[in-house]
Formats: sequence, C-alpha cells, structure tokens
Amino acid sequence: MSAWETVIGLEIHAQLATRSKIFSGSATAYGAPPNAQASLVDLGYPGVLPVLNGEAVRMAVKLGLAIEARIAPSSVFARKNYFYPDLPKGYQISQYELPIVANGSLQIVLEDGQPKRIGITRAHLEEDAGKSLHEGLPGVSGIDLNRAGTPLVEIVSEPDMRSAKEAVAYMKKVHTLVRYLGICDGNMQEGSFRCDANVSVRRAGADKFGTRAEIKNLNSFRFVERAINYEVERQIEILESGGKVVQETRLYDPDKGETRSMRSKEEANDYRYFPDPDLLPVVLDAAFIEAVRATLPELPDQKAARLARDYGLSAYDAGVLTVSRELADYYEAVVRAAPKDPKLAANWVMGELAAALNKEGLEIDASRMTAARLAGLLTRISDQTISGKLAKEVFEAMWSGGADADGVIAERGLRQITDSGAIERAIDEVIAKNPGQLAEYRAGKDKLFGFFVGQVMKATGGKANPAQLNELLRRKLSGG
Amino acid sequence: MSELHHMGLTALAAGLRARRFSSVELATAFLGRIEASQGALNAFITVTRAQALADAAAADQALASGAGGALQGVPIAHKDLFCTRGVLTTCGSHMLDNFVSPYDATVVAKLKGAGAIMLGKTNMDEFAMGSSNETSYFGPVRNPWDVRLVPGGSSGGSAAAVAARLVPGATATDTGGSIRQPAALCGITGLKPTYGRVSRYGMVAFASSLDQGGTLTASAADAALMLREMAGFDPRDSTSVEREVPDYVALLEQPLAGLKVGLLKEFFDKGLDPANERCIREALRVYESLGARLIEVSLPNLPLSVPVYYVVAPAECSSNLARFDGVRFGHRCEQPRDLQDLYRRSRGEGFGAEVKRRIMTGTYVLSAGYYDAYYLKAQRVRQLISADFTRAFQQVDVLIGPTTPTPAFAIGAKTSDPITMYLNDIYTIGANLAGLPAASIPCGFVGGLPVGLQIVGPHFSESRVLSAAHGFQRATDWHTRVPAGYA
Repeated sequence: MSAWETVIGLEIHAQLATRSKIFSGSATAYGAPPNAQASLVDLGYPGVLPVLNGEAVRMAVKLGLAIEARIAPSSVFARKNYFYPDLPKGYQISQYELPIVANGSLQIVLEDGQPKRIGITRAHLEEDAGKSLHEGLPGVSGIDLNRAGTPLVEIVSEPDMRSAKEAVAYMKKVHTLVRYLGICDGNMQEGSFRCDANVSVRRAGADKFGTRAEIKNLNSFRFVERAINYEVERQIEILESGGKVVQETRLYDPDKGETRSMRSKEEANDYRYFPDPDLLPVVLDAAFIEAVRATLPELPDQKAARLARDYGLSAYDAGVLTVSRELADYYEAVVRAAPKDPKLAANWVMGELAAALNKEGLEIDASRMTAARLAGLLTRISDQTISGKLAKEVFEAMWSGGADADGVIAERGLRQITDSGAIERAIDEVIAKNPGQLAEYRAGKDKLFGFFVGQVMKATGGKANPAQLNELLRRKLSGG
Repeated sequence: MSELHHMGLTALAAGLRARRFSSVELATAFLGRIEASQGALNAFITVTRAQALADAAAADQALASGAGGALQGVPIAHKDLFCTRGVLTTCGSHMLDNFVSPYDATVVAKLKGAGAIMLGKTNMDEFAMGSSNETSYFGPVRNPWDVRLVPGGSSGGSAAAVAARLVPGATATDTGGSIRQPAALCGITGLKPTYGRVSRYGMVAFASSLDQGGTLTASAADAALMLREMAGFDPRDSTSVEREVPDYVALLEQPLAGLKVGLLKEFFDKGLDPANERCIREALRVYESLGARLIEVSLPNLPLSVPVYYVVAPAECSSNLARFDGVRFGHRCEQPRDLQDLYRRSRGEGFGAEVKRRIMTGTYVLSAGYYDAYYLKAQRVRQLISADFTRAFQQVDVLIGPTTPTPAFAIGAKTSDPITMYLNDIYTIGANLAGLPAASIPCGFVGGLPVGLQIVGPHFSESRVLSAAHGFQRATDWHTRVPAGYA
C-alpha cells in the first residue's frame, strides 16, 4: 500500500548504576539538592584530573557480552569539545574512534511473530552533562552539576528498523536487557534510559537511504512511537510535494505531538574530538573479560526459551513473563509452589495480577500478593475447590488484605459444589420452574442452554462446578 | 647569619636539623630578600609572609622535638600554577587573578608533608605559555644577571628567585623547556623529570601530554633532595606511573668513569651561538677528563620537534583552557547580555595575546578537515622522535648538549616575532615529546651571562641524569656563582 519505506536507527543512552561517577568519587544518587553531589572534578576546577571508575568498565563489558559484541582489547577516551554552561570543562569525555564495545546484535519479535535481528554498531562509555535550571530564577539561569559526570553507555544501533513499532520493540528489548544485567535502573522518568532516533524515508525498493532527521532525547516508549510516526509523515509529505528533507536535529514536543527543528547540519558543532591526554587507553585482557562473563545472569531470551520449554508456554507468554527479571522470578516462584498447571499460573500472573499492579502503579517487587499466596489460590482452582470465576472474587479479597485463599473461601462459603447429586437437584428445580423454556429448547432453540446454566448458577450461588453442570444439564434437557 | 642564602636546600635542611638556626630565622631572612628584590625582579606574584612565619614557627617546634620530614623548616616557593589551598593561584593570568584555590596540588601537599615552608607564589608566563616571562599579566620577570634581560620562561619567576637566592628551591613546570630554558638563562640547576614521575594533580594544565612538574635549585644535589620528596604515583593522576621512587640523594655519587655520553649531531647546528658552543665543548672536555666517553649520535627526526610541538601543545591547550568560561570561577565580564556575550567577553578580557594565539592555533588544528593533516600527523612524527631517542639510548647512557641557542636576550627583543621566540625551545622540546627526564646546569658564561648545559636520559633515569650533573658540579663551580647585587 505504501510507496515509502521508513528507516530508523536508535542511539540509546543508559545511565550506568554505579555508586560513584565515571571520573570522580561523587555519588550518583538522584534527587539531591543542586550541586550537593558535585566535587571539584565535576566542577572542572583548574588542575583537577579524571580517574576512570572501573565499575563502569565492567558494566559496559557485561552489556557487550550480552549482545554478543566484540569487546575492544584497547579503547580510548576522547574529548568532545563544545561550550555550554552545564558542561564544566568545555568538553565531554566520551569515546569516539575506539569504543569499548562494537559489532553486536539483539533479536526482536515482530507483530506477526517473526524474529528480526537488529544490529548494534557500537556501545561506548561517556560522562553525562549537568543541567540548567530556570524555574524560580528570574533573569538568570542556574546550573546543577549533580548529574555531570554520571556514567552513561551509549548504544548505537544499525539503521535496521522499518517502523516505529519495531523501534519501540528494540528499545524495550534493550531496556529489559540492561535491567537484567543490573547495569541500569531503566527509570525513564528520571532520565536513566532515553534515546535519540534517526529517522528517514525512501521509496520502497530504493538502495540508498533518504536524508535523516535526528530526534533528540525521547524518554518514553510512547513518545518514541509518536515522534517517529509524526516524523515519517512529515518527511513523506515534504517528498511527495516535491521538497527535500533537510538533515537536522529535531525535538519532540509531547504536548503538541510534533517534532520541530532544533538546529541544521550547517549549524552543527565541530566537536574537535581528540584522545583525552589525561586518561590512558582502557586495556582489557581475556582473563578480565572472562571474569565478567562469569557474572552474567540468565539473559531474557535464554530465560524465555527455558520457560517455554519447561512449562509448555507459548513464545508470546514466555516473552511477556521475562520482560523483567523480577516478573520472571515471581512467576517461577508461583509455579514452584503450584506446579500442577504452569499455563494457568501464566494466565493469572499476566492477567489478574498484572491488572491489579497496573491499577495501583506498582512494580512486581512491590506486589501486595506474594507468589506463595497466589500459588495457594491457583492450587484451589486446580483441585476444583473453586471455579475460575469465583477465584477472581477470592483474588480481590486477598489483594485487599484478606486472609489466604483457603481462609477467604471458607469465610465466604465459596467452595465449589462438585457433588453431582446436589447439582442435579438444582437442575431439576430450575427445569421444573421453567417448562416453557424447556419446550422451546427441545424444539431446537439451542441458545436457551445458556439461560439454564445461568439459572442453576444463580440457584447455587455460582458455586456449581461448571464442567459438571454443563454435562448434567445437557443430559437432563435432552430428557436423558 | 648573612650567609644563610648561599647554603642551598640540602645544607639548610641539615643546619635546621642540627639547630644551627631556626626556620623562623630562615623564613625571615629569605622573605626580606624577596621583598627587597621585588621592585627590580618582579619574581613573585604573591608573598605569603604571615602564613610562612606561622608555618616556620610550627616547623621549629617539630624540629625541637626531633620530628619532621626531610625538608622540615626549609623555605621554598611554588610556581603560580600549582594550586595552593587558600592562596591565590593566578597562572600569571588576568583570567585567574581572583582565583583562590580550594585545594592543594599533590606536589604542594607532598612538599608540605616533607616540612617545606612556602614563602610565596612565583611569576610566570601566562598559563605557562612563553619562553621569556613577558606574557605574564603581572608584568615581566627580570633576569638577576642583568635586569634588562629576560629570565627565560615560562618558569621565569621561580628561576630568577633561585638565581638571586630569594629561595633555595622552587617548583616549576616544563612543557617544552619551561624549567630548563630559564635555568640556563639564570645560571641555576633545573630538572624536568620523566613524564609520569611527578603528579600533575593540581597543576593547572597547559598541554597535558607534555606538562611535567620539576625543580629549580642551585645544585643537582638540591634537586635530588627536592625531587625525592615531590615524586611518586598519585591515584588522582591516571598518567602518573606506579613505580618506586629511588633515593636520588643516595644515588648522587655514581662515578662518571665509563659513562657513555652522546653528542647529538642535531644539537650542534647553525642555530647554536658560537660563544655558547665554546662553553658547551669546554664542559664536554670536563666530562672526558672525569672518564666519560663521548660518542656522536644522530636523531634524524629531531629537527621536526618544534613544528610538532606547536601543533600538539596548542591543540591540548585549546581544550584545557575551555573551562575558563566565566561561569564558575575566574574572571567574568561585567553585565553580560547573554551567554555568548559572557563567553566572548570573559575570555576575550581574561586571556592575553599569546594564550589566545595558541587557543586559536589549537582549535584550528583539531577542526574537521584539518585534524588528520595537523594533529594526527604531528602525533605520528612525535612517535618517530621518541623512537629516535630510544635508538640513541641503546648506544649511550645520556645525551649532553646545549639547553638554548643563546644566553638571555633583551626584554622586548622577540615579542613581535613568535616564531623566533618559539625557536628558543629547539633543544628542549624533544625531551617533552618523548617524555624523558632532562636537566639544565650552568656550565660557563658568555659576556657575563650564564650558559646552560642540557643532560637528557632514558625514561626514569633521573638518578643517572642527576649524578651526571652532580659529578660535573663537583669538578666545577659555575653553579655557585651568584649575580652581583644578590651575593
């Protein structure tokens, strides 16, 4: 249908979860009063020097190994020179020609269930800048350098994505991975995980890329999708009306839902990169790399494959359950305590539990329902003590601070009726009360079966075992 | 007591320990000399009299109880680009004429830890950029041998102060010759250690891959003592080297018999003043008489060192000096209209002409499209020069030759022609590019002006360089000469 193909590459900035900054001993905690975490090194005082934080290196290597990339035996820090008040030294220490990680990839799953490999050109270490403050400071700008020197890893993809949805799937995949590795808290509101999107369009089948625009500083999955879609439409409109796309940097305005120009290529800085003479090359030997490899946890794809294999889950369900390490751990704890029906456990974790967490904006590790309690409930479903429908009522009672599953079932008398005699008696009474409907059903109005089910359930307070009820009712209605 | 200032660092330290005089007496005497000389020489930017006397009194107490370090109570001065806590640290610039450092440089802290007493901060070329001390915002330093002449630079204040015996020793820094060239022009002993031997933390950076802190003293023995207390690995400087510091003092008396001395063909070129050359040749005969063997060697790439230096050093300087933006410290222009105005006027007003020239040169050579042709090529040639030195040191133990082409020149003589000024560093830059230790010692006089002899050794061979200098000084007395008026 579309004559245009979209081409997207992402540059993801993930803040590394080190305790101190990348080149100074200052703390990296979020939310301290302005400049409370800025040392003389962070302030760029005359005479001070940077010293590399080894933990940041280990974290970058972890990432590199997880994306099956090449870890550089020697990588080099360079200075990126430009003037800005939130950049105290007048240069940012980054990596340019020789990054620590190169040539990796990740696999995403497309909407049709097909896997797709997304290439990762490189990942490099760098320091973050501070930020300017304007609120409550009439006529002047304030500078907060708490964030200056916070370690970042910038993960640069190949231009391998062909839609906003693919870009979001890739970004989510990276987000999941860095949290699995424990190298980034993934907090997008606080800016710990954000991206720039390079977007261009070209005629379907063209072999050259179109001119791209770079959309800066996108800090939510929703904004990434919307900004890219807006940008694609904007570029197609320009091209279809005979215009040319300008290579430039753009900003996304989430309130207006549009991107707008920040600066063109001509206005772009010449950063005058050169190797930072204050820092030695980062030389990593095989022993170091192997020692880091030994600390890698089970990665999301490995975990999903194992869950699918061991518990008979669909690839989709396994993918959802492994989106975070905590969720997968929770699920596995449930299955260990209620091993009879792992598929049922998956449905409940992804269904009722996820909805309840979502409603209150809670993460899985803050769940008010422990895995053991949920397993207790699932056990009662599996052994047919309660029906699935009543189980939802039990879940809600448990969620709002009630007793455990057995306690709630007993308190409320929700135990399922599995005694055939009792169910038959209820059916007989309903049939006796509704002779007209019985005649119509027997004359071929099958839909009335549901009516009878409803009446019997009503009569038993919803506790009749549905499978038994169906079987007995069918027999009775057909005169058996 | 009038002869205290002739004693030198080592003798003063010993005299203090023997309680022959007190640290307060010493500080008082030297402070008096500093203050009396200031109008003629302008060697100091800041004199810390009150603090010095208080520190000296405390040092005397330590000495009385037999405690204290190797330099306990000995007065010294710091070049004004070493950060000194609570004391103005200007780098000879209007940009930092209001900058009181909140911390001590590692070198300052180490010397303080060894018991040295700081008497003040010495004048220098602005941000260490210059070879004559004429680029200082605080006015030129004058050469104590003839106040119409320059003392050399950039450590001109430290060199003039030691030459006039205003202090027995001073810290200095050397990026392209800034210790050795003023040592030569002022007739004293200057030592630039191996790159990485002395911490750069707290030393305001000019060109980070070349800068190295060192000493200016009367003799090589004094340099050995001072360096021993300054040197060593610093976890706050990633380029400092984790390697044991030898006892340079104990290693001074190495015999010169059998020492293989390399004469660099490239050092005895047409640029070398014939009178200077005669002094150098005479000094080489002294070495021969002490049993050294002279061997001619060649470093074919060495003549490229000046152009290489004037690409690499400005490139690093353009980036290092970006932090002086009027935002957090230092000079800020009045009433900036906006951010661009704040940057342009603060930097335009704060920096002098030579600093601006180097920032612009450096910005140019790092620019897109020029980087490969200038910066990258210069770095490649730098490696060739290093390799030349490595090859030479397979044949010889040290290289000996001139420090400068001529003795001190007149104030104002070269200020209008930067290239001529830059050529003053032609013999000294090589050691910086290769990161080698090098000393300059006095070896004679031409027209009443001192001439410097340069000794260069392989990496971390400070003890060999110092013992070669010390052996010469035991056989000669050039290093004991003091300018008339400062005797």
